[in-house]
Amino acid sequence: MHNFDFVKPASVADAVAALAAEGAQALSGGMTLLPTMKQRLAAPEVLVSLTGIAELRGVSGRAGASVTIGGATTHATVAAEAKAFYPALAALAGQIGDPAVRNRGTIGGSLANNDPSACYPSAALASGATITTNQRDIAAEDYFQGMFATALGEGEIITAVTFPIPEKAAYIKFAQPASRFALVGVFVAKYADGVRVAVTGASNDGVFRWAEGEAALSGNFNGSALEGLSVPSDGMIADLHGTAAYRAHLVKVLTKRAVAAAM
Amino acid sequence: MTKVTMTVNGKTVSAMTEGRTLLSSYLREGLGLTGTHIGCDTSQCGACTVHVDGVAVKSCSVFAQDVAGATVTTIEGMANADGSLSVIQQAFQDHHGLQCGYCTPGMVMASAALLASNPSPTEGEVRHYLEGNICRCTGYHNIVKAVLAASGQDVAAVAAE
Amino acid sequence: MPKDGGIGASTKRREDIRFLTGKGRYTDDINLRGQAYAHFVRSEVAHGRIKGIDFAAAEAMEGVVKVFTAADFAGVGGIPCGWQITDKHGKVMLEPKHPVLADGKVRHVGDPICVVVADTYEQARDAAEMIEIDIEELPAVLDMKAAIEPGGTLVHEEIGSNLCFDWGFVEENKAAVDEAFAKAAHVTTLELVNNRLVANPMEPRVAVADFESHSDQYTLYTTSQNPHVIRLLMGAFVLGIPEHKLRVVAPDVGGGFGSKIYHYAEEAFVTFAAKVVKRPVKWTSSRSEAFLSDAQGRDHVTKIELALDAENNFTAIRTDTYANMGAYLSTFAPAIPTWLHGTLMAGNYKTPLIYVNVKAVFTNTIPVDAYRGAGRPEATFQLERLVDKAARELGVDPVALRRQNFITEFPYQTPVAVVYDTGNYHATMDKLLEISDHAGFEARRMESAARGKLRGFGIAHYIEACGIAPSNLVGQLGARAGLYESATVRVNATGSISVYTGSHSHGQGHETSFAQVVAEMIGIDAAQIDIVHGDTSNTPMGMGTYGSRSLAVGGSAIVKATNKIINKAKKIASHLLEAAEGDIELKDGKFTVAGTDKSVDWVGVTLAAYVPHNYPLESLEPGLEETAFYDPSNFTYPSGAYGCEVEVDADTGQVTVLAFSAADDFGNIVNPMIVEGQVQGGLAQGIGQALMENCAYDENGQLLSGSFMDYAMPRATDLPMFNVDHSCVTPCTHNPLGVKGCGEAGAIGSPPAVVNAVIDALIRGGHDVKHIDMPLTPSRVWAAING
Repeated sequence: MHNFDFVKPASVADAVAALAAEGAQALSGGMTLLPTMKQRLAAPEVLVSLTGIAELRGVSGRAGASVTIGGATTHATVAAEAKAFYPALAALAGQIGDPAVRNRGTIGGSLANNDPSACYPSAALASGATITTNQRDIAAEDYFQGMFATALGEGEIITAVTFPIPEKAAYIKFAQPASRFALVGVFVAKYADGVRVAVTGASNDGVFRWAEGEAALSGNFNGSALEGLSVPSDGMIADLHGTAAYRAHLVKVLTKRAVAAAM
Repeated sequence: MTKVTMTVNGKTVSAMTEGRTLLSSYLREGLGLTGTHIGCDTSQCGACTVHVDGVAVKSCSVFAQDVAGATVTTIEGMANADGSLSVIQQAFQDHHGLQCGYCTPGMVMASAALLASNPSPTEGEVRHYLEGNICRCTGYHNIVKAVLAASGQDVAAVAAE
Repeated sequence: MPKDGGIGASTKRREDIRFLTGKGRYTDDINLRGQAYAHFVRSEVAHGRIKGIDFAAAEAMEGVVKVFTAADFAGVGGIPCGWQITDKHGKVMLEPKHPVLADGKVRHVGDPICVVVADTYEQARDAAEMIEIDIEELPAVLDMKAAIEPGGTLVHEEIGSNLCFDWGFVEENKAAVDEAFAKAAHVTTLELVNNRLVANPMEPRVAVADFESHSDQYTLYTTSQNPHVIRLLMGAFVLGIPEHKLRVVAPDVGGGFGSKIYHYAEEAFVTFAAKVVKRPVKWTSSRSEAFLSDAQGRDHVTKIELALDAENNFTAIRTDTYANMGAYLSTFAPAIPTWLHGTLMAGNYKTPLIYVNVKAVFTNTIPVDAYRGAGRPEATFQLERLVDKAARELGVDPVALRRQNFITEFPYQTPVAVVYDTGNYHATMDKLLEISDHAGFEARRMESAARGKLRGFGIAHYIEACGIAPSNLVGQLGARAGLYESATVRVNATGSISVYTGSHSHGQGHETSFAQVVAEMIGIDAAQIDIVHGDTSNTPMGMGTYGSRSLAVGGSAIVKATNKIINKAKKIASHLLEAAEGDIELKDGKFTVAGTDKSVDWVGVTLAAYVPHNYPLESLEPGLEETAFYDPSNFTYPSGAYGCEVEVDADTGQVTVLAFSAADDFGNIVNPMIVEGQVQGGLAQGIGQALMENCAYDENGQLLSGSFMDYAMPRATDLPMFNVDHSCVTPCTHNPLGVKGCGEAGAIGSPPAVVNAVIDALIRGGHDVKHIDMPLTPSRVWAAING
């Protein structure tokens, strides 16, 4: 990879200052960024590690209300510590990559990258999470702007993500067998004001909400409510691992299974 | 070049690094600890797995400067103090859990991390935990047996022969 | 009970100690003082004409030693092919030149164009980005059938065709085969693809070379399964280095599965460049680069037909295969779809008439060569899928149809040239049905059905030909090499033994199992015996490890050399014991005069050999060291019955392998633990081929599965525990140990068993699916279910 200057600030303020440098880029767990840099597809001049900032780590919450996760909290920590507050979210974190990846990868890194097949975006969108940065709060609805695109501006760091805790929720991931990313992943969350269904892995536009499914499930939170519905395959990802029609089909199958598994 | 100091296998060590120096390169080239292997460039195969501050990480996907000051254990630090094989290493030999040996350091490190957090895993838990370590030789059968045996369980009872 | 450390014992592997403690010494662990690093600049297009290369800026960059292009290799030979096929018209195959660096044209994505040699690896990569290559892109030749239509784009203009050869086997039988089909009561036809695979040993390839000007001596360290073969091919055909000036070392090698048999451009490059730049040169492949530069496997498109009479006896088989060679002929490529494929088309069945046609085609893809099994998996897959399909069409039990047509008398001359020496296919089938609890399947199926899942059971029976031989025959078939193996047994004065073998161990455990053989023969502790391999400077000319040949061929050479040692040692003992040579018996490391208590132990004899004070010097040389070459009289023919039990989730198309049982006949077994490990590993690769692995190109010849992010291989969660049995034993009749090869069996027998199981599950579930091409990904299975 190209060489760069490595800096590891101890506070968000210092990190923001470091990111102001020409060609600076934030590094969180590095699970996606490092392979990209090895391919020389990313070539930052300054790499600003967020792993040394204590204020970016940790899980806190209020049972039944919300859980807030620091931006540089690893998947492993979320899997262990968010369980008491939001078991479906913890279960999702425990399915990302593999154990070694979960020990490095972070929620902030995943959301900032917004890989169309990453797991976390589905939880954030289905939960109506708030993405907090060093500058502002962004609603999940506004945050995801298509494959690898987000509302984050230059020098903006995800400091925390707050998830309202649903009555019931589940994430079902159908893994792409090589990368272990989601071929399709569906996060279903039932709140008092309705059901939200967010889908990752399937669409060329990245994570999205399945509005028709949400409407049906809001009336009747049972897989049978989805009978008769179908997901159009337009805009779905087609690749070596699955056709667009297959992915569209999986959206419905996995939504049903998520409803059945919701806890 | 920046000097990076760590505690590796119980010894304080240092080597010069660039920003782009990976932990795996620091270990292999900087310290001559060539037991840590590189099998891919996409964080998939796990041959480079080491322990950093007690948890398993893929050393090819971490910059050396990002873990300056950390406590690192590699395969070279896994044998008993008298040089004999540790329980996990011995189980891999006893159960033929390796063939070409290339993925083996990563497998042993991952298995050790598993048993540290889950001393008595089921067959399914072993398989799930080793998902990030690819072996092309064994078909995993004997690796799973080795890990179960290292946990002190009756291999035949836990896993069908 | 076998003796610990002797033949038949599951002796723990001695090599494990270094591998488990991080002390293995793989090629990338070798760094030579002052070494420079090579980075290959590879084609990004599948097919194109090189109009210009501007590397001036790169060569001026810091740390850059030199940039090499094809111009530097003028006068250097091309990468040779080791096998020449003669086609059905008696014409030899078309053999295009394969330059070390692309000369004028690039022919596949990854074809090396130039190489930067620099002080550090990163400097070489940095400089590579400054090189400007002007390429006129040409249409990519990808579809094999279209490629051989007249008037199309040519991969190699100078040979005039993309058809490498059109092979008919046995050509003389063709008319009789056609006639049998015309008379058949039933004909079953199947069209299928044997998917292209990437071997992906966990250690990527590495080569580091040095040239010492004071002695004109080259040394190449390389990740090879056969260092002598590399020395011969590279020395004699590419670089013109005599063998006594070229040392090739393959140290610990992290798996091969075929992909490290071949002589590759990178090996020739670093050896050549080391002399030019006057310092050692090292190249380490990244995984991404391995996908673009390691020879790939399989890639056949086949139509196969089976003719049966009214009693369901097989009367004829006819096949029509297109075999992808890729852009150049790799070392053994032409032999794979021909002599390693056509000769296996009889399988375990007494089909009297067989005709195999293979068209080998050049395409703008990475070269294809042997991958674990090599030709035999392709044959087995066709046949075992076809027999299953025939059974369904005829409404008979697939096991019964197989049994009815099994070969039962040995030796058996097949209509496709080979003679099976031994086997007992009913026994392996019986054993499989027993260990897989075939009788209990229906109850298990009902249990799955209750959970909404489709359960299926698939069977395959395979035959394999291992240890390709004998040399005089393979020479007639086009091999440009002999296929013997060598061994030197050096007994030291105090009785310890170093065995030098031409076989190479890269996971097979030879250091342990070969020592068991010698320990058993002499009757000493295996710890007294070292197995040395992988270095042309200290082992006799050997052919290396592939095609499940190491024990059957290499082990036999060791037996032969050890017998020479024993014969000489008996002579020495007879002198020491003042008895007739014929009366000397060797048992448990002790030479005894038969019927007496007069004896001398092993060390007494070995000391006498090297300190010959009391020694028959007039009739016997001092010393105790013997070399033998063993050239087998036939292949070995392991066989076995494999059974796979799967569950299919019809909603997602996901296939789960619930159980896999293998009943193999490998003849005699030296180390059961190692044999079982070989089978388990082979099964994993075969199940991987059947369900996951797929090397695919897009319509422009770009590799779609170019990293572990897209090339799926089995992980621990994808496989069950295996049920492996090798208690059916018909010893090989023509090698001294009675052993057969076991390294590839798992990868050969398992793909048809898996696919048969999935088809069985779908049909039992009411889905009329006749075939699905591998890999049976969830998407494909779902599509098949939903028509």
